[in-house]
Amino acid sequence: MTTTSAPVRSRRFSKKEEDDSGVHPRRWFTPYLLIAPGALWLLVFFIIPLFSLGRLSLENGGLSNFSTVISDNSTVIVRTFVYATIATVAAIIIGYPLAYVIATKGGRFKNLLLALVVLPFFVTYLVRTLSWKILLYDGGPVVSILHSVGILSDNQGILGSPFAVVAALTYNFLPFMVLPIYVSIEKMDRRLLEAAADLYSSPARAFRRVTLPLSLPGLFAGTLLTFIPAAGDFVNSELLGSERTVMIGNIIEKNFGKEFFRPELSALSFMLMAIILIGVIVYARILGTEELA
Amino acid sequence: MSAAGSGLVRRIGRISLIAWAVFGFVFLFTPIVVTVIYSFNEPAGKYNYVWNRFSLAAWQDPFKYSELTDALIFSLKVAFVVTLLATILGTLMGMAMVKYRFRAKGLLGAVIVLPLTMPEVVMGFSLLTLFVTLNWSRGFLTIVIAQVMFSVSYVATTVRARIRGFDWRLEEAAADLGAGPLRTFGRITLPLIAPGVVAAAMLTFALSLDDFIITYLNSGLENTFPIEIWNLKRSRVPAQINVFSTSLLVISVLMALLVIWQGRRRQRSLDGAASGPAPA
Repeated sequence: MTTTSAPVRSRRFSKKEEDDSGVHPRRWFTPYLLIAPGALWLLVFFIIPLFSLGRLSLENGGLSNFSTVISDNSTVIVRTFVYATIATVAAIIIGYPLAYVIATKGGRFKNLLLALVVLPFFVTYLVRTLSWKILLYDGGPVVSILHSVGILSDNQGILGSPFAVVAALTYNFLPFMVLPIYVSIEKMDRRLLEAAADLYSSPARAFRRVTLPLSLPGLFAGTLLTFIPAAGDFVNSELLGSERTVMIGNIIEKNFGKEFFRPELSALSFMLMAIILIGVIVYARILGTEELA
Repeated sequence: MSAAGSGLVRRIGRISLIAWAVFGFVFLFTPIVVTVIYSFNEPAGKYNYVWNRFSLAAWQDPFKYSELTDALIFSLKVAFVVTLLATILGTLMGMAMVKYRFRAKGLLGAVIVLPLTMPEVVMGFSLLTLFVTLNWSRGFLTIVIAQVMFSVSYVATTVRARIRGFDWRLEEAAADLGAGPLRTFGRITLPLIAPGVVAAAMLTFALSLDDFIITYLNSGLENTFPIEIWNLKRSRVPAQINVFSTSLLVISVLMALLVIWQGRRRQRSLDGAASGPAPA
């Protein structure tokens, strides 16, 4: 723990420095003039709607809306966060080594390899997910292999299962995990590792004591950028899952057109947001960094 | 443990690490390769999920399903307007945050990051409640509003990161030498910020084409390309979807290569200029 606090504290310091950057404008209102259109847009179409969502979620029943929603959907709520957690952990297990190898062994191909990581984003989200449907289809390549190996019995498929949904969630947000981790490892001072080696540290120990702590901000950002969209998703569950994989997003998606003002639906979205925000804060405390990127 | 033994362990470790990274790339690429390959499939039924046989039919008749074509055109229209608006608004915010000190800067920074910590379904649904309260019918306008809302954050963040550390005194120098505000902007500011702005604009265009959840919740009866696919999933999934996706993929890759190539050339000419007369 003491080893992680040093680099983190220095980052916080550099952030403070950055907030004071820039010059005092010649006319005091110049910066406000520049930010006004964008800030107004965010205020009217992002901040105010969040408050109106909060107000709606309290209509009719007040706070009891929330307890109704939680008791009615407890399975779905738990499932949502379990899926998002597994997908995030899987993305770390696949993404961290990938980012590490690109940053440390990529050489002059670094940028090319990084571009390849982003390439899936050039195919629309829905089509990417449909490709998973092709891959996991009964009689498709993955199912055939698993049949011949004997992991699945002959009449078993993958589509509709939690596995299909979580695998595709992992896949769809993996680049969001790789990129920030890559950035934090890439900008690390390599001489620290040489110093560790000079002081007779094994590579594994040097990784644990130097690289890993220094890559925590990237890991933190990657975890948020993966977990948040995974927890709010309904596309993967709808296209690849079944009734047993329904997530919070699916409930919102199924009902938003029918009853705009159903307070329970607002309460459910508000709760999703609140749990994530609380999670972010707790997670930031545990990792000891307040920086997002 | 002997030195040779630990060397072997180390080598095995390194090889398995690289093998794992290769697996990561395979994982990332397989669905993309599948998308491309299945554009050459002639599906047996209405759904292009199972390989039947090789065919160029979908490529020869890409516009067969007019609703799909119309949706793609609509998506491109939306993306164009959103890119224009979000790039302007976001660039102004990013510039103000890099160039000036002002009171609300910390707050603004937080507001810009907040959309990134919010699930799309929450942002989309809360915006929808606003539109319903205001009794606005959903369509082109509400889609643009929704997409600009989440895009300005990306633009402001990108521009801010790319133009940090520039020497803004060049603007003052230009003014001192008698250049008017417009001329200063055209000759100094714009060339300085252009690469960052272009990068942000391309990102916005891609985000706009790609976005589904927020757009879907605020689209009413208008269909973007992703929404049309979502609607089609119950009735038919033709190979034309893959044809369009493959084409967009190829175009995006070519655009990205062009931008990288331009950047290299620019860098080279800058290097050339720098190696000429010694900089101050």
